[in-house]
Amino acid sequence: MSTTTKSNTQLFVDGILKENPIFKLALSMCPAVGISTSVMNGILLGTAVLFVQVFSSCTISIVRNYIHPKIRIPTYTLTIATWVTVIDLVLAAYVPVAYNAMGMFVRLIVAFAIITMRLEMFACKEPLVKSFVDGVGMGLGFMVGMVALGVVRELLGSGELLGYDVLGFQPLLFFILPSAGFFVVGLMMAFFNWIEVVHNRKKEG
Amino acid sequence: MNGLRRYQWLMGILLVAFLLTGCETGHEFVKKTEFKDDDKIVVTFAGPVEEAWATDLSNFSAYEKPDPDIKLQIKDATLSSDQTTLILTFEAPLNQGEPHILSMTDIMSEGQNLGPATVTAKKLYFGILMTIFLGAALVQNFVFTKYLGLCVFFGTSQRRGTAIGMGVVFTIVMVFAAMMAWALYQFVLKPYQLTFLNIVVFIGLVSLSVQGVDTILRKVNPALFKAFGVYLVLVIANCIAIAVPLMLADNEYNGWESLMLAAGAGLGFLLALFLMACVRERLELGNVPPTFRGLPIAFVTAGLFALAFLGFSGLSIY
Repeated sequence: MSTTTKSNTQLFVDGILKENPIFKLALSMCPAVGISTSVMNGILLGTAVLFVQVFSSCTISIVRNYIHPKIRIPTYTLTIATWVTVIDLVLAAYVPVAYNAMGMFVRLIVAFAIITMRLEMFACKEPLVKSFVDGVGMGLGFMVGMVALGVVRELLGSGELLGYDVLGFQPLLFFILPSAGFFVVGLMMAFFNWIEVVHNRKKEG
Repeated sequence: MNGLRRYQWLMGILLVAFLLTGCETGHEFVKKTEFKDDDKIVVTFAGPVEEAWATDLSNFSAYEKPDPDIKLQIKDATLSSDQTTLILTFEAPLNQGEPHILSMTDIMSEGQNLGPATVTAKKLYFGILMTIFLGAALVQNFVFTKYLGLCVFFGTSQRRGTAIGMGVVFTIVMVFAAMMAWALYQFVLKPYQLTFLNIVVFIGLVSLSVQGVDTILRKVNPALFKAFGVYLVLVIANCIAIAVPLMLADNEYNGWESLMLAAGAGLGFLLALFLMACVRERLELGNVPPTFRGLPIAFVTAGLFALAFLGFSGLSIY
């Protein structure tokens, strides 16, 4: 009873590129602006989102035939909240320093529009394997977006990558400042738009 | 109206009692202890004290109420010329959100020994509440300095009408949800050690209060519901709605403080939405480069607002 015609590989790649949660769908922007100051933050929060997305997708996919349509949104919310609680407790126990650096954002995964959207649009209709692949693709797409932002901000802001000194000097301290998040996201979105425009122009010309 | 007027005197007394609670000291000779600047405590005595006693730093010791083991270093003690006001300067800036306990050994006044005193210096409670309120609305604005609720923020800040509607509905729901979250956390979750369920319970509460406001508004004021009803669903998708209950649980706020935090968060969100909507309406008339149209220019604008809101960072009225 699968309704999608896409192959598993297609689903996986779409999540990362064509439907990238941060740059294409513009969902879950809060952590992208708030804590993209380092690559490490991106990887950790990306892992957390990947975990929650995959497990929620699988859970909903398994019980999809038993959920009454009228209460489907509350069901999604509670499922997500349960998995967020799990990853929140795990991260707080095993990587307390990085967990504190991320502040509340791990717990706020529960309000990320991207996860609810995937459950509503995909996992409640598709079988387990497809939902799993879609969840992994979306989670990785989010992680790639966060890491890309982290690389730009960490490299240009402090000349480091993952804490290792790469450039040996600080090109633009501005990028590491908290309020620069908005500018970086805005400029990167404009940059991707620009690539698309140039690409289309070449095709036509 | 008459019923309300009858209780006005009672409200007045309550308010005065509320404001005065900050002034009790604990020793009859010490009239007042209060914070001054960042790192000073001013002690006012009922009569003159001896200079030799007052300027000897070993007579004083101070600590923050929650940490009695950590003694604060006093740098300097200055007595005013009429010998009734003593200014203690500390090595480090004081955390004025917490009450400070100041112990003094035998107070010497005009040759008499008046015995030791332990007094409390704290901000007026009203001041603490206002600090929380202004903190949530301006200094730590949820949108521009905490970077929360951005999806809804960018989605509903295109028109001024939409922005106001969303902001008002959000404030109402937020106050409802925060008060319920506070009660549930303090009286159920904490006593039964269920705090690990915070996330599950709070997200349920927010959905519940959205549904509650929806039902009440539909019956009580259908016209208002017609105008604002569409925004109710969006409140659940807003991370501020879940961040506020989590914050009041983390900080162990009491009822008043929770109310102030929720109201501040709501009004701060309304303010941010309104400012942004004003700019975005103008932006549509401007000649924006094609690659920047839509979201990218909105993000850059929000960045400028965020820089402007940094200017509030030193704000403290009380």
